[in-house]
Amino acid sequence: MASPERNAPGGEGLIDPAHDYASVTDKISAFVLTHRTPRGWFIGFGISFLLLMGLLAAVGYLVARGTGIWGVNQPVGWGFAIINFVWWIGIGHAGTLISAILLLLKQEWRTSINRFAEAMTLFAVACAGLYPILHLGRPWLFYWLLPYPNTMNLWPQFRSPLIWDVFAVSTYATVSLLFWYVGLIPDLATLRDRSRRRLAQVGYGVLAMGWRGSAIHWHRYETAYLLLAGLATPLVVSVHTVVSFDFTISIIPGWHSTIFPPYFVAGAIYSGFAMVMTLAIPIRSFYGVGDFITMRHLDNMAKVMLATGLIVAYGYLTEIFIAWYSAVPVEQYMAVNRMRGPYAPLFWGLILTNVIIPQALWSRRVRSSVAALFVLSLIVNVGMWLERFVIVVTSLHRDYLPSSWGMYYPTRWDWLTYAGTIGLFLSLLFLFLRFLPMISISETRALISKAEGEVE
Amino acid sequence: MSGGPRDRLRIDVARARAAMAGRDGSPWRGLEEIAGTPEFEEFLHREFPHNASEWLDPAGRRDFLRLMAASLALAGFGACTRQPAETIVPYVQPPEEIVPGKPLYFATAMTMAGYSTGLLVESHMGRPTKVEGNPGHPASLGATDHFAQASVLTLYDPDRSQVVTHRGAISTWNGFLGALAADMQLRAASRGAGLRILTEQVGSPTLASLLRQVTALLPEARWHQYEPFAHETETRAARTAFGAPLHTWYRPQAAGVILSLDADLIGCGPGSLRYAREIASRRRAEAAGAGMSRLYVVESGMSVTGSVADHRLALAPSEIERFARALAAALGVIGPGDAPGLAPAHEAWLRPLAADLQRARGSSLVAAGPRQPAAVHVLTHAINERLGNVGATVIRTDPVLPDPDGGLPSLQTLVQDMDAGKVDTLIVIGGNPAYTAPAGLGFAASLSKVKLSIRLGLYDDETSALCGWHLPEAHFLEAWGDGRAFDGTAGIQQPLIAPLYSGRSAMELISAVLGRPGVTGHALVREQWRRARPEEPEASWRRWLHDGVIDGTRPPPRDAQVRAEALAGVAAAGPGPAPPQGDLEVVFLPDHGAWDGAFSNNGWLQELPRPITKLTWDNAALIAPATAERLGLASEDLAELTLDGRAVRVPVWIVPGMAPGAVELTLGYGRRRAGRIGTGPGYDACAVLPGSTARAYPGAALRGTRERYPLACTQTHHSMEGRGLVRWAPLSRYAEQPDFAHHQEHGGPGPELSMYREWKYDGYAWGMAIDLGACHGCNACVTACQSENNIPVVGKEQVMLGREMHWIRVDRYFEGSIDDPMVHHQPLPCMHCEHAPCEVVCPVAATTHSDEGLNQMVYNRCVGTRYCSNNCPYKVRRFNFLLYSDWTTPSLKMLRNPDVTVRSRGVMEKCTYCVQRINAARIDAKNEDRRIRDGEVTPACAQACPAQAIVFGDLNDPGSRVRRLKEMPLEYGLLDEINTRPRTTYLARVTNPHPEMPPPAAPEAGGHGEP
Amino acid sequence: MSPAARPTYGLLAEFETAEAILQAARQAHAAGYRKMEAYTPFPIEDLTEALGFRHSRLPAIVLAGGVAGALIGFGLQYWVSVLVYPHNIGGRPLNSWPSFVPVTFEMTILVAALTAVLGMLALNGLPRPHHPLFGVPRFREHASRDRFFLCIEAADPRFDPQATRRFLEELRPDGVTEVPL
Repeated sequence: MASPERNAPGGEGLIDPAHDYASVTDKISAFVLTHRTPRGWFIGFGISFLLLMGLLAAVGYLVARGTGIWGVNQPVGWGFAIINFVWWIGIGHAGTLISAILLLLKQEWRTSINRFAEAMTLFAVACAGLYPILHLGRPWLFYWLLPYPNTMNLWPQFRSPLIWDVFAVSTYATVSLLFWYVGLIPDLATLRDRSRRRLAQVGYGVLAMGWRGSAIHWHRYETAYLLLAGLATPLVVSVHTVVSFDFTISIIPGWHSTIFPPYFVAGAIYSGFAMVMTLAIPIRSFYGVGDFITMRHLDNMAKVMLATGLIVAYGYLTEIFIAWYSAVPVEQYMAVNRMRGPYAPLFWGLILTNVIIPQALWSRRVRSSVAALFVLSLIVNVGMWLERFVIVVTSLHRDYLPSSWGMYYPTRWDWLTYAGTIGLFLSLLFLFLRFLPMISISETRALISKAEGEVE
Repeated sequence: MSGGPRDRLRIDVARARAAMAGRDGSPWRGLEEIAGTPEFEEFLHREFPHNASEWLDPAGRRDFLRLMAASLALAGFGACTRQPAETIVPYVQPPEEIVPGKPLYFATAMTMAGYSTGLLVESHMGRPTKVEGNPGHPASLGATDHFAQASVLTLYDPDRSQVVTHRGAISTWNGFLGALAADMQLRAASRGAGLRILTEQVGSPTLASLLRQVTALLPEARWHQYEPFAHETETRAARTAFGAPLHTWYRPQAAGVILSLDADLIGCGPGSLRYAREIASRRRAEAAGAGMSRLYVVESGMSVTGSVADHRLALAPSEIERFARALAAALGVIGPGDAPGLAPAHEAWLRPLAADLQRARGSSLVAAGPRQPAAVHVLTHAINERLGNVGATVIRTDPVLPDPDGGLPSLQTLVQDMDAGKVDTLIVIGGNPAYTAPAGLGFAASLSKVKLSIRLGLYDDETSALCGWHLPEAHFLEAWGDGRAFDGTAGIQQPLIAPLYSGRSAMELISAVLGRPGVTGHALVREQWRRARPEEPEASWRRWLHDGVIDGTRPPPRDAQVRAEALAGVAAAGPGPAPPQGDLEVVFLPDHGAWDGAFSNNGWLQELPRPITKLTWDNAALIAPATAERLGLASEDLAELTLDGRAVRVPVWIVPGMAPGAVELTLGYGRRRAGRIGTGPGYDACAVLPGSTARAYPGAALRGTRERYPLACTQTHHSMEGRGLVRWAPLSRYAEQPDFAHHQEHGGPGPELSMYREWKYDGYAWGMAIDLGACHGCNACVTACQSENNIPVVGKEQVMLGREMHWIRVDRYFEGSIDDPMVHHQPLPCMHCEHAPCEVVCPVAATTHSDEGLNQMVYNRCVGTRYCSNNCPYKVRRFNFLLYSDWTTPSLKMLRNPDVTVRSRGVMEKCTYCVQRINAARIDAKNEDRRIRDGEVTPACAQACPAQAIVFGDLNDPGSRVRRLKEMPLEYGLLDEINTRPRTTYLARVTNPHPEMPPPAAPEAGGHGEP
Repeated sequence: MSPAARPTYGLLAEFETAEAILQAARQAHAAGYRKMEAYTPFPIEDLTEALGFRHSRLPAIVLAGGVAGALIGFGLQYWVSVLVYPHNIGGRPLNSWPSFVPVTFEMTILVAALTAVLGMLALNGLPRPHHPLFGVPRFREHASRDRFFLCIEAADPRFDPQATRRFLEELRPDGVTEVPL
């Protein structure tokens, strides 16, 4: 796809041709360097911050009283904590995918969304990372999962998928952070040079590490960036694979399934793009950056959602087919129980939100309607959350011995914790929008020069 | 009732405030009471050696008391019992026998409803912590029931009454004894007129002789007995049949064919432990074959005995008598004319049964239950005679109880006397008549007419509230006593600990009534047996104490015959009119947990899932599915039950297999004054208990109230879903295919298939075999485990959330039709899988495998991911979601087994195969430089099991019993198709149905879905 | 080699387009200048080649990092599970290598990624808080915004204040300024 113009729907390009180097630089950096912050920002941040305080309250009570304040029980030992953990991690994946895989595939349209998609990744991983710690019976001992000889020189038990999680998630967080930061360096330099306030100059200056745009630096920079992308690509696939191991390594019907890794990864990208969409659309209109995040971007993201959504749907079908084909009674019962058991409404809700409704994306009219895309992205977010609920709860609540079957109902503390992490996520996002360029300036410049090159 | 000590603590604080405000005096009592005694001075001097005197002047003491009351109440009750362990060791065992860390065992006995069971109690540094059965005692043979297991918790119950009160105000023993002496002088003047003593069913010879001394000394005085579940009907029947109140007991081991007419031989009643052992001995895996016995049960409810029967016929209570008469006729005991007609289905059931009994003449057994009218008992006696069972399986002896008529009639006369104003002084000893007496009797109202009412009780309960004086009674583990077993064998009840709350025993009180207040229980009991066995040397006393049994006290069999005229009378009387169609008959039973209320405040028993319903923390009105359909009721509906014009609101619970038309109510709930645990839960069945000696009442009505009452049930799904969990087959199939169990599993790889090189266990390899043919789901193992392993009680809310903590549970499945299901019991401890799925997923290696094959849980390493529990296909792991263990109440700290960690919040726990016992045995073996012998290690569950269904041992020892059992063709592993290699395996159940018996109703999915 | 009158870092020429700076770089290299650098607001293909820069050693370093990560990852697990603290975990063999794969993989990625970033910074001599170029106002204004700069450093053997300035002016820049040290 040499020319972005050519295959753009409605002849729309990746960036408004009116822009030149100076104008993009000025416009994007202005969001950060402007002296007065828009009132809308304060309102949004205020609400998010209140939710974040809710999280603190929930965690405080949790530590004081114990895991029992949640709805988890025998036999359903995992509840909201793990559901939300998987959900958040999944959301994170779109960021890495956009920044790494699309980079390797030379998809220029990633340029104007990758920056905040990566930010979203970081914040989602931060939220996700909280849950495995909070859901411990003794959260203050979480560091026993770290690979060092702690109590009585005892090391972690490396056969446990939870240890794999520790490594996968922390690696993922680290690499995402590096990737994001490396991408930021040239823009930090720009901010350093453009800011007029001493504090900002020093702050951004320190972060920019004396970047001055030397051609040879740029060369090594691009090599490193490409290598990072090359590393992040298998990483992002491995992370949700490892997360799915939490389930597949067990012997619980409904968890013990080889289809999980691929369809968890697909699901992750699915939910991730939905979240990018959910965020990009309001930001686009609020900051008036429609000339950077064009319909072309939304259209492409919608297509990715459609594709990954279909993979996920295929995963559901395979699960049910294998359950029947295996001729293992417990597996068959699990499948039937999902469709007919006490949690059936959630299962069918999942099918509706994750499989049926998103089919609307086939239509170009839907893909070109911002409102429709926004609503769809929200629906998919809900659907993916439902998927995790169905996987975690319906598998556990009725496993091998009917004598120990039970039910799981979340408590108000479960909900408050969940809302709280959403608050954490949004708070971080608002801070990011305020203090860092939401769109990569240097890459946009490169895009312009490329465009001009092609025009000539 | 919410679990967790935090709530309890809050209550204490509340009480403390109340105490300060002077409303509820309870926190004050302990001290006031001690203050009067010399012990208090000692205590003070011990606690405050210097300037102790300042405390002794009244003003100083007031301040001291105020301080103490606060700290006391905050610390929870019983703080005032703090005293050095050494001083509370019974002096029969000199302290130098104590090796710190090594428990001692004392023989003693527990008496329920007049009959006693021998126990061995484990004592750590003078603290009784664990109750075991006494192998030498005929009623125990080493086994115990759940009541005995839980009795230690009652001993340390902080809610036990701790102080003498007079009209609610604190008093002292001395104060009481003064008042008593004064009153007794008046009584003596009038030859005892106006003096009444009300006891429970007395089984103790010593107490009985003391009471007789009272009535001898004061001829006008009367001794009454009231036991809610006494055996007065049997006694009445015996009088009719033999002209004497003969006692009857059974030898089921000698019986090839057993018929129970509403008799829960295994479940409850005197001798049930022994009967369970004997019945199991002819039905367990080793016995499967020609010698196997066949068990028929005719009953209205679903009893434990009925749940393991080969053939069970559910009949409404009134129909059982008709059935008994028909059977008697069929066996030629009474004329065919005297027998009522039966429904064809029942007729078809009866004919092969009669033939079977005939065939097994001399080795059959027919038993009638305590709820059956005297006529049925008379007929049963006659039938057993006709079948030549008397002397073989049925033994008749002179009465075992000193006064076997202890029951309602006795109480009725007392109430009449009280109403007539003939009673000036009433001494109520034990029991709780104000709660258990039938509402129809108006006992409470009459009691208020008595001038001087004195109550000796473990708890300050409903009865105490109505009495002028309340005296704290000594728990049986605190007091000397004696008793007789179901077969009459006498045994001594030794105290394991000095009274925690300065309580005194019944016999000490009666001795005071006789004007000898100072005499100790020990002296009284010793004196009694010196008189009873003058020829015995002093040495034998010590032997009796040691053995817990007094040899040669079992009464010889009497060959009495049922008198013809008695039989004729019964035959002539006829069964009475058949109840109208759709009539509801109410049956009153003792509760499996709370009994008659005596154990209402016992958390272990409250949280013990009832064998059939799996309910905890409540009693419910049990009805048959058909009845529920007819009345449009569902489980957990709150209904109004009316009987004889009295009404009570009861939650309904549907029990598959119950007789249509029968409603089962249990006592022991709806307590108004039982303690922090017992007050509140359930409904009061006594409120509708009519004042008659019957136990089944027709003409009841049950109406739904459109309200729901949530019940805490530990098993909500009752079908095996066609999975081969409990594997069983009739004897015929077993004969042709002994390893049928291995042909019932569902696909999957055989256990041979594994990807890993096997670990070698060359030292010991511990394993367990559970015989599903022997287990009858009595729950003794569950309570034993709870007691041995310091397992906390979590409370109703937590149970409803599915967070009960029992390390071993008994799964109960229904199979076949919902109206006539087959019942299976399956005890489930940890399986100790060799390929343990739980271990692999633990990120911190908190659960690992020992080199003896134990799946061990390291509490202090656990961070609480709960992954192991998720990944356990047997769901035997238990998680401390909150701080369940009580870390605050001092008296409960004395209860703990010092060899087992008390778990804290946020850690996983589970069955350890009682590793502390394994290690104790290992130490002994090492000291003697030998291997641990087979049978040397017995986990608490196996030890308590009356049926010996649980066998534990070393799989590497070729001679071990468990090894032999595991080599049987019946052996199978639960879920072995997922290749977890469980060390705990099961022996498939073999039933022995009669070939000519009509098959039960067509199998359909039984008991589905959440109630 | 006439030494510069006053200490200078080099001469800085400013260009407006990417094409222009590419041209300039090529000619400067042809003219034999070696110690020079181009500064651009975004990476420009071929510019480094034009400046005579060959290839980066970074990929090799990162590969080494990845291999090291893999060895550390598996080595740690083997050492812990088999040598220092052997456990019977669910009857699994001590060396359950399949279970060790995920951690090994993650460690590979982690170490490789860290070497990539740190290596890049190290080779670029970053962080470097100050640099003579920051003393040039035009550079500060435009280097990170919209302009392209070519700097021939005084350290270059062929550098001569007059000759080099003349040479640069022939490249028709928007201006040539001296960069004080």
